[in-house]
Amino acid sequence: MRVAPDNTVTVLVKHIEIGQGANTGLPVLVAEEMDADWSQVRAEAAPEDVTLYKNLAFGIQGTGGSTGLSNSYMQMREAGAAARAMLVDAAGRRWGVPATEITVSKGVVSHERSGNSATFGELAEEAMESEIPVGVQLKDPADFTLVGTKVTRTDSAAKSTGQATFALDIYRDGMKTVALLHPPQFGATVVTVDDSAAMQVAGVRQVAQVPSGVAVIADNTFAALKGRDALSVEWDTSSAETRSSAQIAEAFRAQAQPGAGTQVEGNGDIDDALAGADRTFEAEYLFPYLAHASMEPLDGVIEVKDGEVDAWIGSQFPTADNQTIAGVLGLSPEQVRVHTMFAGGSFGRRATQGSHFAAELANVAKAGGDGAYKLMWTRENDMRGGYYRPLTVHKLRAGLDAEGNITGWDNLVVNQSIMMGTPMEAMAVQNGLDPTSYEGSNDLPYGFPAHRLSWARGEAGVPVLWWRSVGHTHTAYAVETFLDELLEAGGKDAVEGRLALMKDERPRDAAVLRRVAEMADWSGPGTGDTRFGVAYARSFGSYVAQIAEVEDRNGVPHVRRVWCAVDCGVAVTPDVIAAQMEGGIGYGLGHALYSQITLDDTGRVRESNFDTYRSLRLSEMPQIEVSVMDSTANPTGVGEPGLPPIAPAVANAWRSLTGVSRRDLPFVNRMS
Amino acid sequence: MSTTFTVNGREVTVDADPDTPLLWVLRDELGLTGTKFGCGIAACGACTVMLDGMSRRSCVTPLSTLDGARVETIEGVTGPEAEVVQAAWVDINVPQCGYCQSGQVMAATSLLQMIPKPTDEEIDNAMAGNICRCATYVRIRQAIRQASDNLEA
Repeated sequence: MRVAPDNTVTVLVKHIEIGQGANTGLPVLVAEEMDADWSQVRAEAAPEDVTLYKNLAFGIQGTGGSTGLSNSYMQMREAGAAARAMLVDAAGRRWGVPATEITVSKGVVSHERSGNSATFGELAEEAMESEIPVGVQLKDPADFTLVGTKVTRTDSAAKSTGQATFALDIYRDGMKTVALLHPPQFGATVVTVDDSAAMQVAGVRQVAQVPSGVAVIADNTFAALKGRDALSVEWDTSSAETRSSAQIAEAFRAQAQPGAGTQVEGNGDIDDALAGADRTFEAEYLFPYLAHASMEPLDGVIEVKDGEVDAWIGSQFPTADNQTIAGVLGLSPEQVRVHTMFAGGSFGRRATQGSHFAAELANVAKAGGDGAYKLMWTRENDMRGGYYRPLTVHKLRAGLDAEGNITGWDNLVVNQSIMMGTPMEAMAVQNGLDPTSYEGSNDLPYGFPAHRLSWARGEAGVPVLWWRSVGHTHTAYAVETFLDELLEAGGKDAVEGRLALMKDERPRDAAVLRRVAEMADWSGPGTGDTRFGVAYARSFGSYVAQIAEVEDRNGVPHVRRVWCAVDCGVAVTPDVIAAQMEGGIGYGLGHALYSQITLDDTGRVRESNFDTYRSLRLSEMPQIEVSVMDSTANPTGVGEPGLPPIAPAVANAWRSLTGVSRRDLPFVNRMS
Repeated sequence: MSTTFTVNGREVTVDADPDTPLLWVLRDELGLTGTKFGCGIAACGACTVMLDGMSRRSCVTPLSTLDGARVETIEGVTGPEAEVVQAAWVDINVPQCGYCQSGQVMAATSLLQMIPKPTDEEIDNAMAGNICRCATYVRIRQAIRQASDNLEA
C-alpha cells in the first residue's frame, strides 16, 4: 500500500475487480488492521508481479474460484498491521515517547500524555525510515470495528459517473482499432481471403490473417467494423465441429447408461440397493451450453515499441497473459507489462487456461508491426466465440424403502472436460477425473446407505470453460430437484427431509437451511397460486440455502421473492456479500429461464446477441432478502456460491405449482 | 461531411462517415468514454445518452441525424434528477462491474425527469431495456425510489 502526504491510503489489490468487490474487501482488511478511516482509503490494481502478488491458492497472479478474499485474508491484515506499526514507530521517534503509549484511531496517531497527534499523511515520510516489522500481532476478530460493517465500495462513485476506466476506454496516440472475423464453426480455418472490398472502406489500413481468423485494422471502430462486414472469406471445415448441439446431446445421452463412466466415489452396493428397493426412480437431465455474455465483450489494447510491450486487459490471469504475449512476439516476459483494468463482468470468461485473447491481441500486433492496437470483440464475436459452460447430461437413479427412506442414490454425469487438454490439466486432473465436471454431485451433505457417483467424458469440438460456479451450475439443479421429488414421494417435508439426511459432521449446512426456513416462515410448498421451493448447495467453501416464491405467469415461472442464507465465514463486507448473493441469484435465474447456446445442423452457433440470448431484466428480478450467518471461521467465497441453489429452488416450486418436473433447461426453450 | 451539434453544452463539429453511430463519435472522436458499447443493436442500453432531452441508444443513432441536436452523456448530465440518482447509486452501492451503469444512470435520470414519483410498474417499464448482467436490479429499484424521495425533499 501507499500512504501519501495527502493522507490517502492506496491499497494495491492483486485481484482484478470484475464486480465482485475485490477493490473493497481487500482494502477493508488493510484499513481494519491499520485503524485507518475508511474515507481515506483508495484501491488500485496491483501491477503484474507474480512474486509479490500471486494468488496463494494458485501460485500465479490470478483471480478465480471465489478465492480472492480467502487467500488474501491474513496477507492483507498483516500488511495493514505492519503499516500501522511503522506509523506508530515514526510517531514515537518524532515525539520521543514509547510506542506502547501511542494509540491509533480513524487514521489519527495520538499520544495522550503529551497531547501530540498526527495524521497518517503527516507521518508517511518518516515511517519509511522504520523497518518493516515481521510477525506483528493482529487484532482479535472480536475487536474489529470496520470488518463486518457496511462500507461504500471504493469504486461506487467512479462507476456511477462514467469515470471508471475499462480496457475499452484506453486510447493511445496513433492507436488503430481492430475487428476480428472468426470462423463460422469451431475448428474451421481460412482457405482464402478476399479483402478487396474491405480495403476500399475509408479508414481501413490493413487486413491480416491471424491464427484465430481475419483481422481488420483501421483508424477507428466504425471503419474496422465496416471493413469486417466487407470481407469475403472461404473456410475449410474439414476438421471443424459440424454437429448440431442436439446431436452432441444425443451422443452424450447414449453414453449415460447405468454403470458407465469412471467411478468418482461411492459407498455400499448401489446395485443391491436399487434391486431391493420398494420403489425406484430414474431421471435424465439435459443442460445446454451457456455463454457468459459479460456486459463488456472481450477487448484489450496492446502497444509495441522497440521490443517493449504494454497491454491493457481485463485480465484474470496476468501472469499467463504476459507469458503468452511474450511468446507470440518472441520477447522475454520482462519486456511485457500487463496492466489489469476494471473488467465489465467476467463470470469466468476472462480466466482462460490458454490465454487465447491475449494471444490474439499479440498476433494482431505481430501482423501490424510497432504501434498501438485496440482489439474489440463485438457482441457477436463474444456470443459465438465458445468457451461455454459445458453441455451436460445427468442420469440419476434412486430407490426408496417402504417407509419412504432413500436407500440408494446413483448419479452419472456426462460432459466435456474443462481441464483436460489445457495447460491446467496436470494440476487439476487426477486418476483421469476432472472435478470441475461433477463438483457438487460429490461430497454431498446427505448420507445414503448406498451411493455412487460416476463421470463419463463427452467429446465435442466446442471450447468449454468454467462459468460462474462451474460444475455447481448443473449439479445443484440435478441433485436438489431429484432429491426434492424423492422426499415428496417418501412423504417427507423438503426442509425437514433434507435436515434428516444431513450428516452429523455438517452442522454449517444444516444451520443455513434452518435459517432460510425461518426467514421464509417455511411450512411446505403451499397450496395457492404462489408456491415455495427450497434448495441448498455448498460451493467454494460457502454454504447457501435459498427459498423461492414462484407464480405461473403465462406458462413461465415468475419469481416474486427469494430468501437466502449464507455462511461464508467472517463477513468482511456484509453489503458486498449481499450484493453477490443478489447477483448470483439474478444471473442463475436469467439463464435457467431463458438462456442457451445452440448449434444448428452445420455446427454454427445460432444465438448472436441479446435479442436471441435473452437476459434477465429488471422487471423479472425478485425481491431478495439475504441473511449472513455470524461466524469466526476464515472467509470463503461469495462470487459464485449465490448461484447454484436458485434454479432448483424455482424448479421445486414450479413442480408444486404445475406438476411438471423440468429436466431440461432453460424453462423457455425456444430452440428445441 | 461535417455535422455540428452540442455535447454536454459544448458545440462540436465532427467530420466522419455519416453512418457512424453516435456511440463511436463520442468515444473515438470526442474522447467521451463513459458511454459504453454492449450490443450494437439497441438491445442492452449500455450506450444510453440523452438526445434533445430524451434517453436514446447511441449505438443505433447515426451521425447524419445529429445536425443541431443536443446530446448529454454521463460525463455531462446535470440537474436535480441526475444528482439524486448518482448520489443514491453511491449510497446504495448499486454498481458491481459497473460497465452498464452509465446507461442505467441515464435511463433512471430520464425516468425521474418525466415521472418524478414513479410507481414500481413505471420503474419496471422504464428500466426493462437496460440489461445488467451482474443483476444489480434489486439495488437499481431501491436507488430509484430513494432518488425519487430525495427529489421531493
